[in-house]
Formats: sequence, structure tokens, C-alpha cells
Amino acid sequence: MAKLNAKIPEGPLPEKWSRYKSSMKLVNPANKKKLDIILVGTGLAGASAASSLGDLGYNVKVFCFQDTPRRAHSVAAQGGINAAKNYKNDGDSVYRLFYDMIKGGDYRAREANVYRAAEVSNATIDQLTAQGVPFAREYGGTLDNRSFGGVQVSRTFYAKGQTGQQCLLGAYSGLSRQVKEGTVKMFSRCEMLDLVIVDGKARGIITRNLVTGEIERHSGHAVVLATGGYGTIYYLSTLAVNSNASAAWAAYKKGAFWGNPSFVQIHPSSIPVLNDYQSKLTLMSESLRNDGRVWVPKKKGDKRPANDIPEEERDYYLERRYPAFGNLVPRDVGSRAAKERCDAGYGVGDTGLSVYLDFKDAINKQGKKAIENKYGNLFEMYEKITGINPYEEPMRIYPAGHYTMGGLWVDYELMTTIPGLFAIGESNFSDHGANRLGASSLMQCAGDGNFIIPNTIGNYLADEIKTPKIPTDTPEFDEAEKAVKLKIEKLLSVNGKQTVTSFHKRLGKILWDYSGMTRNEEGLKKGLVLIDELEKEFWKDVKVPGTADELNQELEKAGRVADFFELAKLMITDGLIRRESCGAHFREESQTETGEAKRDDENFSYVSVWEYKGKDKPPELHKEELNYEYVEVKVRDYK
Amino acid sequence: MKIKLKIWRQKNAKTKGIFVNYSLDDVSPEMSFLEMLDALNTKLIEEGGDPVAFDHDCREGICGCCSLYINGHPHGPGEKTTTCELHIRSFKDGETIVIEPWRAKSFPVIKDLIVDRNAFDKIIAAGGFISVGTGSASEANSILAKKEHADEAFDSASCIGCGACVAACKNASAMLFVSAKISQLALLPQGKVEAMERVEAMVAKMDELGFGNCTNTYACEAECPKGIKITNIARMNRHFIGAKIGSQIKQ
Ligand SMILES: Cc1cc2nc3c(=O)[nH]c(=O)nc-3n(C[C@H](O)[C@H](O)[C@H](O)COP(=O)(O)OP(=O)(O)OC[C@H]3O[C@@H](n4cnc5c(N)ncnc54)[C@H](O)[C@@H]3O)c2cc1C
Ligand code: SF4
Ligand code: FES
Repeated sequence: MAKLNAKIPEGPLPEKWSRYKSSMKLVNPANKKKLDIILVGTGLAGASAASSLGDLGYNVKVFCFQDTPRRAHSVAAQGGINAAKNYKNDGDSVYRLFYDMIKGGDYRAREANVYRAAEVSNATIDQLTAQGVPFAREYGGTLDNRSFGGVQVSRTFYAKGQTGQQCLLGAYSGLSRQVKEGTVKMFSRCEMLDLVIVDGKARGIITRNLVTGEIERHSGHAVVLATGGYGTIYYLSTLAVNSNASAAWAAYKKGAFWGNPSFVQIHPSSIPVLNDYQSKLTLMSESLRNDGRVWVPKKKGDKRPANDIPEEERDYYLERRYPAFGNLVPRDVGSRAAKERCDAGYGVGDTGLSVYLDFKDAINKQGKKAIENKYGNLFEMYEKITGINPYEEPMRIYPAGHYTMGGLWVDYELMTTIPGLFAIGESNFSDHGANRLGASSLMQCAGDGNFIIPNTIGNYLADEIKTPKIPTDTPEFDEAEKAVKLKIEKLLSVNGKQTVTSFHKRLGKILWDYSGMTRNEEGLKKGLVLIDELEKEFWKDVKVPGTADELNQELEKAGRVADFFELAKLMITDGLIRRESCGAHFREESQTETGEAKRDDENFSYVSVWEYKGKDKPPELHKEELNYEYVEVKVRDYK
Repeated sequence: MKIKLKIWRQKNAKTKGIFVNYSLDDVSPEMSFLEMLDALNTKLIEEGGDPVAFDHDCREGICGCCSLYINGHPHGPGEKTTTCELHIRSFKDGETIVIEPWRAKSFPVIKDLIVDRNAFDKIIAAGGFISVGTGSASEANSILAKKEHADEAFDSASCIGCGACVAACKNASAMLFVSAKISQLALLPQGKVEAMERVEAMVAKMDELGFGNCTNTYACEAECPKGIKITNIARMNRHFIGAKIGSQIKQ
């Protein structure tokens, strides 16, 4: 049985989406009122979907674990959101945006989905603007753009360094409007712990009310996950500390396949690890590299303060290695280059694990005021955290776990392998291949939520109009609830000595060392063993205080970390079978003579898609072959 | 560094809370304030105690989740800083730090330092949006907005919904929060259409939820971690009076 069907519509690439829309099934307005949709997540993807699905007239129940939908981690996106408006008349087009994403993703994403993401990007900017998002403007009153992430056109819309916050608040206002209309019912501080499947279809979820601890059942005709990324699997990352993979992982264990788990973007510029207590890494936006120059001392272990190191003793290694792109190389390339210098002993700071990002030349040339106008809030943020003034001393930066390209496998309709279960935004694997280009995630999230899922879910629900409300007093719900309660009891009953966080930190360290910026067979295998041992230790010695029927933050963390162990093993398993380097996945065995990533299209031009086979059984690999009809597959070269 | 802590502990909304004293002998000035609380919690858990519950998520000053009333100030000492951006280097060796939840009738305590700020969502749902359905937006550049208005709208829009303004105010007024949203939308051409209805609906909801009146103490502006300006309140009042007169004329 061929289990993977991407359902890519027929026809030429630019026409696929319009053809799909003109032939999809529709649900009439009277029937929409009778259909319930469960939507988990209120980030830019989820909030946009809530707003749009509510607007169409569906009954939508929306969940998030924060105290309000407006705090989803989309709020932290800094740099911007892409669209192919071509307002700058610099030759941009839907095709070029599509092409940049395919190339940026190192030819490991599905053409049809990426093209559509680019295609709906313009409508997204219209929608967000109409919702009152205060994007930056020119003096004439039109919207401004900037360039971002090593592409050759200016297509990034932004709101200072707080684009994610502003886009999310726009979507949240749309969601709120539907709350008023009565189409959306919001459940905050409510965490999905399991998915319920009835007769092979996704029909509901089991949640824990994080205030009372109550385990609750919710049913719907379809379930949409918009649960975001899980870079927190590395413990330290640029994500919010509570971001996690548990909802998607529950779906995986119920039969939804997982795509490309080993593809994780390590962002090159975050404030480095400063001490052992650190709980999170703060991103310093990619846009800084438009003006900042990256360097390390030419001499190994040079401990002089940065400003005492003369010009000729500095190694601007990105400019040296990549003269064409210089400091603007894509993220994966920038991260590996920093690691290479630090591993070779040239890193700076107490730990030797950081490099300089220097604005001296830019300040001399453009003046302090100009730099402040562009990056003021980032400079302030840096100073608050480190106590160092970056106008006077170069910033210190180091790569950090940032974005998970992998996620639930979805077809063209953004439906997982479980009928009626959809995944949107960062929680799916869809649009970024092996490496994501800057400002393209917000674009994808808003596009998925506003313009794609409202259509594709209708095509599914059109066959459900005769299905009455899904009852929750059925054996399927009983069973799922029982399993959830059992896991909670198990976590509480270990009563060992070590905190959840201490395990999380150790897991993060193993993953970072063996499945981080570079990987090799031996290390991956070792990582797998170490994680397995750590997981066993966790279940023997973790200490989760308190009870199940109260607000219990340690219990919340424990459940998430327990899932991270399992996901971490899948990440490594995937890294092991992919014996090539592509995008963020750098296998040391597969590199060119100059140390660049070497893809192996002959053997690995596929999405690796994993099926859960049960506890203690190895997952099964399926392959979605990638066929490039509209782009020529080339070597990514930034020299 | 050594610090002493006096922290509000409250099991749940129904029970009474009390201050409990703790001390930490080995904190580093480099730690963030929340990392210091993490360290306390690790210690409490390892000793078999109950960790202190507090809200937090992004830990970089943007989500608005963290709260904490520290030494008499929402988000502690330091201008334009959220609790998660605060570092131990802002305190002295041996200092006693008093930590309480936000205190306001409309923000009931859920547990320890966590309060329920749902009232803010209710105010937004009353009218803090532009009524534009998905798909009906016009070409973005067909709406021109003066750069200075867009920039001002951005400044108002940078409110993170943390609630410090309410906690800072002796009347527990939500005027700064509400006026920031109203200003953002009223400053943009696309938000002007519904400006009058919006202000009436949001103010009515705010009153209904039990937030107090504004008596111009400016405490909110002083404590707001995002520098939201009091001029937003003046702008909102103008709109509100305008809306009231408008609806009287209609009647
Ligand atoms: C620091 C930073 C900067 C970034 N900058 C940019 C940028 O400039 N441009 C760009 O395009 N991209 C950027 N990105 C990436 C982008 O912000 C994210 O990929 C995107 O916002 C993810 O949105 P989302 O809607 O998929 O998920 P999120 O916004 O993460 O939302 C996830 C939602 O799911 C909910 N949830 C999760 N699990 C559960 C559960 N079990 N039960 C209930 N609810 C649950 C959460 O409560 C939350 O509401 C950045 C990312 C980071 C971390
Ligand atoms: S106005 Fe300031 S203090 Fe009040 S909620 Fe907004 S950011 Fe917080
Ligand atoms: S935790 Fe997000 S603002 Fe403090």
C-alpha cells in the first residue's frame, strides 16, 4: 500500500492552486455552523486560522497553553515577513520568491507547496495591513521593504525589530473579533495531551486544564494543529522556554507521519551562553549582518579585549571564505563557519565559544544615529542582557537552535496521514526543505492560516456534513483519557531525586554535541545510546513535586521532556540515514574539499517520512521522492 | 552573592496567601531574575518542597507573560524592563527582595505569583480590532498612511499586554493598556472607520470588568516596560467624548 500521497494537483505549477480551488468541494454556510473544528495553537498560523475559519462560520474551539493567545512565540519574530509584491521594482516575482525558497532549502522541499506559499504571500500583506499591523512606511505613505537573509531583492516587510509581535497581534485581533461573534471559543492555559481517533479519523483531543489540572475531552469534525516549533529540544534555544513538541508528538504516536526530523536550523547570531544558569538564548536578528562584520582574532586564544586588537590581526572569516556574500551568507553556512573557528581555537569570550559582530565600521561610516535608527531595540536588548554597550564594543554572538524545518508530514492540503488531522505553520514540515530563509516563516504561517487551510479543510469537511456532533462518551475518548492520566500518574510517582530541568539540560547538551551544527555517523550513534540511557534514568530518578489536580508547572515540563527524549531519538535516527549534507544537516562525511556541504541528489532527493510502529520498535521510513520540474537543481554556492 | 527573598505564597484562588522567607547563598550577578527563581525552585524541589509558581515564556521581554511585583515595583527596578530582562546585577549583595503578584481586583491570583489576566482578552474582544474578513482586504498600498502616524501607531502597538500598568495604579485602572490599542487603531486610516464604536465598546467592557478610574497619577507610564505614553490616554478620552457626543446626536 502506497501510504504517501502528496495529492499535488495536476497542471502547470502557477495554475495548480487556482485549479485546486476551482474544483474543491464546498460547504454551504448553513452547514458550516454545524461543523466543529478543534484548533490547537494561537501563533501566527493558529490565530490566522481561527480568525478565518470563524469568519467562514465554522464552530472553532481554540487552545493554547499560555494565559492568552497573544503570547504564542510568533510574538518574538524580529526581522520581517516576506512577500513578492515587487514594490521596489527590483525584479521580484512569485516565481523568484519560490525559487529563492527552494534553493535556500537546498532542494529538499516540495515545489507545489512552496510555490503556493509564495503565491499567497501578497494577499497576506494586504490582510495584515487591513487588520491594522503598523508596518514600516516610506514618507509617501506606502509600505517600506528591506533586504533580508542573503537574497538579492528587497521583499521583507517589517515593523521595527518586532514584526512577529505586530503580525501576531493583528491575527489575535481577528481571533478576538470571532470570539465576540461567537464562532470562536478560546481555551487558554489548556494543553493538548492526546489526539483522539474514531474510525480512522481525527475526532478530538484530550486536554489538561493547567489551572485546575482537570483532564477534559473536546470533539470536532476535524482537528488542526498549529503548535509551532520545538527548538527547545536543545534546552537552550531562541524559542520561548515553554515551546514544545508534545501535541505533534501525540499525533505522531497516533499515526501521523513525521517529515525530516533531523532538519533543524541553528541560527548564527544569538547572544552566546554566558553561564550555567542560563535558561534561554536571545536572538540577535539576521538583519544586523547587513551592517555588522563578523570576525575573530587571527591569533589562537587571543585574550585581549576586542578593541585592543588591531585591524590587521582580525580575521573577517566570512568575508574571507565567501567573498560574494560575505557577512550575508545564509544561516546554515554562517553557523558552521562560526563553529569551525571556535572549534579551531579562535573563539572569543571566557568560554571561547563566541565570535564578534562588529559595528565599528558602520558607525564610522553612517553615524551612530543611523545605526540606532535601524537596530536601536536590538542594541538595547543586547545591553540589558550582557551589560555591555554594543555601540562601543563589538557584540559577541554564537549559533543557537532556532527553527525546526522538520515536523508533521502533510500533503498539498496540509493534511497529515491521519484523515481530518491538519498541521499548519512551523508544526508541519512543508515549505522550507533543509534550511529556512529569513522572513519566510511568518509568511508561511499567515498564508497557511488565512488562505490555505480555510479552503482545504472545506474540501474535507464537505464529506462530513451529515456527521452529527461527535460524542465524547465513547470508548475512543475513554481510552485516550486513560492513557493521559496514566502518564501523569507515572511521572508523579517516580519520586526520584533529580529535577526535570536537569534532565532537559543534559538532553540538550547531548543533542547539541552529536546532532547539532555538524553530525557524523559515530557521534550520532553515540548520541542515540546516551539519550536512551538518559531517558531510562529519567523514568527512574526524576522528581516531579505536587499533584495532578492543581497548577503544576513541573508536571507540565516533565511531560514535555518525556516526549523530547523520544523525538530526539527520531531526530538522530533520521540524521543517521541521511548520509549526505544538505542545508542545515551537515554530515561531516559528505563535504567538499573546501569544507562545504555536499548534497547527494542521486540517493537522497527525498523527504524522509517516519511512521511510528509502537514503543520499543524502530520507526519505519517512507520516502517522498522530490521531483523538480520548474527549477534546475544546482549546487548552492555562496562563494 | 547572597540574597534574601520574601515571596508571596498562595496555594490557589480560594486560600489566603502569606509571605515566606527564603535565602540563596550563591547567586551570580549575571543571572537573570527568573534564572534566580529557577535556582530557588531547584533548591526547593531537591529539598522536597513546593516550587514557586510564576508566569514566564519568551524570557526576552516581548510576550508579556512574566509579571511580578518586585520591591514595590511591577517588573522591579529599572526603566523599560520586563521582569525577565532584569538581572541580579541590579541588586546589592545581601539585599532582601520582596516578590508579590500583581494586585488588582480584576486580576485574581491563581497560584503564588500567577494571576489571571483574562480580563484584557475580554476588553480586546469587545472591540480591539478592525472588522475585516479574510480575503476582503484591498491592495496594501492602496491605504496610504503618513509615516509619522504609522510610527506613532507602532509605538502604541508595542504594548505587550503584561498588566504592569494596572498593578502600578492605585485605582487598578486599565486605561494605559486600553488607550494604547485604541490609539494604534485610530492613528491608522484603516482603523478610523470604527474608531468611535471601538472606544465606546472597549471602555464599557473595561468598566464592567471592574478596573478603576484614571486619576492621572502617571504611575502606569512610569512602570510600563514598553514606554507606552500617557498621551494615549488623552487621545482615548478625546475619542470617547467625541463618541459620546456622536451617539447623543444620533439619539
Ligand atoms: C526569536 C525568533 C525570531 C524569529 N524571527 C523571524 C522572522 O523575523 N521572520 C520569520 O518569518 N520568522 C521568524 N521566526 C520564526 C517564526 O517566528 C516561527 O516559525 C513562527 O512564528 C511559528 O508560528 P506558529 O504559529 O507555527 O507557532 P507559535 O507562534 O510558536 O505558536 C504555537 C502555539 O501552539 C500552542 N501550543 C503548542 N503546543 C500546545 C499544546 N500541547 N496544547 C495547547 N496549545 C499548544 C502554543 O500555546 C502557541 O499558541 C523567528 C523565530 C524565533 C524563535
Ligand atoms: S501599557 Fe505597558 S504596562 Fe500596560 S499592559 Fe501594555 S506594556 Fe504592560
Ligand atoms: S517572559 Fe516574555 S516578556 Fe517576560
